[in-house]
Amino acid sequence: MKAFTYERAKTPAEAAAIVARMPGAKFLAGGTNLLDLMKLQIEAPSHLVDVQDLGLDRIEKAPDGGLRIGALVTNTTLAADERVRRDYGVLTRAIVAGASGQLRNKATTAGNLLQRTRCPYFYDTNQACNKRRPGSGCAAIGGYSRQLGVIGVSKSCIATYPGDMAVALRVLDARVETVNAQGATRTIPIAEFHRLWGDTPHIETALAPGELITAVSLPAPIGGRHLYQKVRDRASYAFALVSVAAVIQPDGSGRVAFGGVAPRPWRVEAAEALLPQGARAVVTRAFAGATTSSENAFKVPLAERTLASVIAQAKG
Amino acid sequence: MKFDTPAGTNPIDQLKVIGRPTDRIDGPRKTTGTAPYAYERHDVAPNQAYGYIVGSAVAKGRITSIDTAEAKVAPGVVAVVTTLDYPPLALGKNNIARLFGGADVNHYHQAVALVVAESFEQARAAAALIRVDYARKPGKFDLAREAPTAPLEGGGSGEGSGAPKIDRVGKFEQAFAAAPVTLDQTYTTPDESHAMMEPFATIASWQGDKLTLWTSNQMIKWSKGDVAKTLGIPEENVRLDSPYVGGGFGGKLFVRADAILAALGAKAASRPVKVAMTRPMMANNSTHRPATIQRVRLGATRDGRLTAIAHESTSGNLPDGKPETAVSQTKLMYAGANRMTLMRLATLDLPEGNAMRAPGEAPGLMVLEMAMDELAEKLGMDPVELRVINDTMEDPEKPGRAFSERHLVECLRTGAERFGWNKRNAKPAQVRDGRWLVGMGMAAGFRNNLLMKSAARVGVDAKGVVTVATDMTDIGTGTYTIIAQTAAETMGVPLDKVVVLLGDSSFPASAGSGGQWGANNSTAGVYAACMKLRADAARRLGMDPSTATFADGKVSDGKRSVALSKVAGLSAEDAIEYGDLDKRFQQSTFAAHFVEAAVDAYTGEVRVRRMLAVCDAGRILNPKSARSQVIGAMTMGVGGALTEELAVDTRFGFFVNHDLASYEVPVHADIPHQEVVFLDYPDAKSSPMKAKGVGELGLCGVGAAIANAVYNATGVRVRDYPITLDKHLAKLPPVA
Repeated sequence: MKAFTYERAKTPAEAAAIVARMPGAKFLAGGTNLLDLMKLQIEAPSHLVDVQDLGLDRIEKAPDGGLRIGALVTNTTLAADERVRRDYGVLTRAIVAGASGQLRNKATTAGNLLQRTRCPYFYDTNQACNKRRPGSGCAAIGGYSRQLGVIGVSKSCIATYPGDMAVALRVLDARVETVNAQGATRTIPIAEFHRLWGDTPHIETALAPGELITAVSLPAPIGGRHLYQKVRDRASYAFALVSVAAVIQPDGSGRVAFGGVAPRPWRVEAAEALLPQGARAVVTRAFAGATTSSENAFKVPLAERTLASVIAQAKG
Repeated sequence: MKFDTPAGTNPIDQLKVIGRPTDRIDGPRKTTGTAPYAYERHDVAPNQAYGYIVGSAVAKGRITSIDTAEAKVAPGVVAVVTTLDYPPLALGKNNIARLFGGADVNHYHQAVALVVAESFEQARAAAALIRVDYARKPGKFDLAREAPTAPLEGGGSGEGSGAPKIDRVGKFEQAFAAAPVTLDQTYTTPDESHAMMEPFATIASWQGDKLTLWTSNQMIKWSKGDVAKTLGIPEENVRLDSPYVGGGFGGKLFVRADAILAALGAKAASRPVKVAMTRPMMANNSTHRPATIQRVRLGATRDGRLTAIAHESTSGNLPDGKPETAVSQTKLMYAGANRMTLMRLATLDLPEGNAMRAPGEAPGLMVLEMAMDELAEKLGMDPVELRVINDTMEDPEKPGRAFSERHLVECLRTGAERFGWNKRNAKPAQVRDGRWLVGMGMAAGFRNNLLMKSAARVGVDAKGVVTVATDMTDIGTGTYTIIAQTAAETMGVPLDKVVVLLGDSSFPASAGSGGQWGANNSTAGVYAACMKLRADAARRLGMDPSTATFADGKVSDGKRSVALSKVAGLSAEDAIEYGDLDKRFQQSTFAAHFVEAAVDAYTGEVRVRRMLAVCDAGRILNPKSARSQVIGAMTMGVGGALTEELAVDTRFGFFVNHDLASYEVPVHADIPHQEVVFLDYPDAKSSPMKAKGVGELGLCGVGAAIANAVYNATGVRVRDYPITLDKHLAKLPPVA
């Protein structure tokens, strides 16, 4: 771990201004991902701006009937919130499918969105990784790729976005609210928040340098059955091989996004329109153009079977 | 004490303390954080500095230069030692991969430098500033690719490398060709990592030319010798102390780089240095259980009697490494007149393969017992009955040589009864519980009982407290407790009047912890020392040693009764030394494992629902700690069957998933109801304790029982461990 300096910001705009001004500065929230990466020298910030005093830890009702979730609301609090459990069950289910109780107590809503990939080659600093060292190549391509991405990946990077919460946010059409160094705010649709890797896999989100997430907002409830199914080798404490977040309406229509397969929660609106035709139709469309390896080709049929399971549960 | 005839009745048979489910005497220390592990021993030496190991970035090659300039001037840095500063250090007797010294790199994450600094964080930060240049060499990293040309390798018979390379009894090929029912299948097991909780860790301190290592090690005497040999110093100048070990599973049988680099770092820094290996270095820097490719051929009569048994195993290792002895149990498990076993050993440039809990038997039984399940199905026979009908009471390779004790059939029958085996549907893929496909499977378990000399010293003080000292280790197994029980039983004192001191190389040399031999041998050594102390005490009190009794803290001869504390200051040392009872009789432990597993019909995820092990392992010294050993082993079996695999990058030659996020051992949610039954047949030929080991037995066969349950659930036979969902998903019934 490289030595670093540390300070606690007083306001969101101040935090943004410091990080924008200081090269090598980063925000620190729950630290459940950043600190691990710092220990491995994958992240080596020179300055940490702790945002825990910014008061962004409330869940409020929004004028449009939705919810506004402060960036620092912990995963535990968010998953347990009565309104979330009632109206956005897919979100609660996704959150509790991830990490452990201890981590969820510490991890924040914004931090969860920003967690980095779990590609093992990203984690081993001896290996080439375009995400860690742009231009160094990708050791994962042609290597141990069982966990890695099958769709939306590139010749530069086949890592996945590993989280669960964001997959649910994607089917809920969440919006990410931010503030920048000048105090200007903007709203980024969740669909545009995580970038596909392309030739720049080190740039992972739509955030500009120093731009701070202040909240995630959910539109008014849309009803339907809220389901999240996460498939993994062991029963707990593992990242998804494939996950499915879905909100399915009584008429069989609905929304569906897949986790564990792509650089971002993978939702193809034209594919989910085929939900009434069943899982195969949706997955065939959603995964058209998939680029699999022999080790991760199973993810496509697994996605289909998992979606079939979710559809069956929605009917049950 | 020489043990060369079967034990008669002795003080242990009183079973006042032995055989009781006593809580661990070290439990309060463990639960209150007052049992310090190696890295936490802040009090043993002042002014400790922190060492951080740099591992090789390549698997094979030569280091052309190491630039330490930046690291040396980094904040807090006290010293930097690099492998180029030393000639290749000598290999310990038990090491295959060189631990340090010289320019050659023989495996990934081989230690190439150590940074010593005032804090751990400073050492780690400076370590990242070291620049190492390598000239890479091509290596062999793919077992499947090397297997076809791998040469035969002897040594699987326990008779050393002089044993014939192909072990034959009768005429296997003819018998197999003539058998009406046959099975011929190939199976694979992956490389596995010990993944123990406590990493390798050592604090080193020099006093002149004397070295003390507070470390985490299973085998103190071996490792003391190997530290001396590696560092080129006299053995008497080395002291190891390892009173608490946070798991080892065979990974800590031998000296590792943490100990050697702590010693070199302490020398360079002229002060004590502590080194712990970080989790991401554990898999590639140290040893692992080697992967195997195994072929089993079984021939049977139509009524299920085995007439031909062949088991072949291919594994890989560094040059001069040993094979994974996956065929060894097949020599002894089942009757059958015509037999053949052999091993092949490929040279691989992966990290060193070596012992991991039940080496040989664990992967061997994962395969043999799956093959037996397949044969049972071909025969249309119940898998339990197939094992029962082929049971043998003598060594199948050496007719007339009996097992000392063997109650495998009772294990099988008891297990079948308790588990409700008769409810199993022999036809696979028939049982459904909602979304789950449900199946039952079983396997037999087998692991040898090994006899090793073990010594101890026992003394008594003015308060009548009995103190035992031996270099035996407690690697989480409960050794403190069973040794205390042994001394309490033999000396006739309550358990709270016994103090047990372990793990210090200045104590008498024990058998150590490995190969499930620790419990029986170390307690027998303590028993020997106690019997000597009893004789000395009786003589001092003017009593006849052969008739004096020791009970309730008193020594009595029928006429007089004297408090044991009257012989305060008396101390005796002795060792248990074995004759040839293990040659005249085959000494083994046996188990039957039963498992119910469920497979998600949609996703193929496997979840174990119930597990039962019935164990025949001699006298059970402490049913509570023994049960903990067995359920721990069963848990490891779940990992081995379903998730654990060191993924090899065959291009770059390393285990890729080298942390606990990606090398998946079971978590609590994976482990269902576990039941353990001990048959508790004392084995008078094993030692005066009449005990045998259980720590590895609990792992032996359990993986196959899980695999067989999964097959029974799905009807899809997966012969490549671990049984992950991708291996059967495509063959599961379609879902709408």
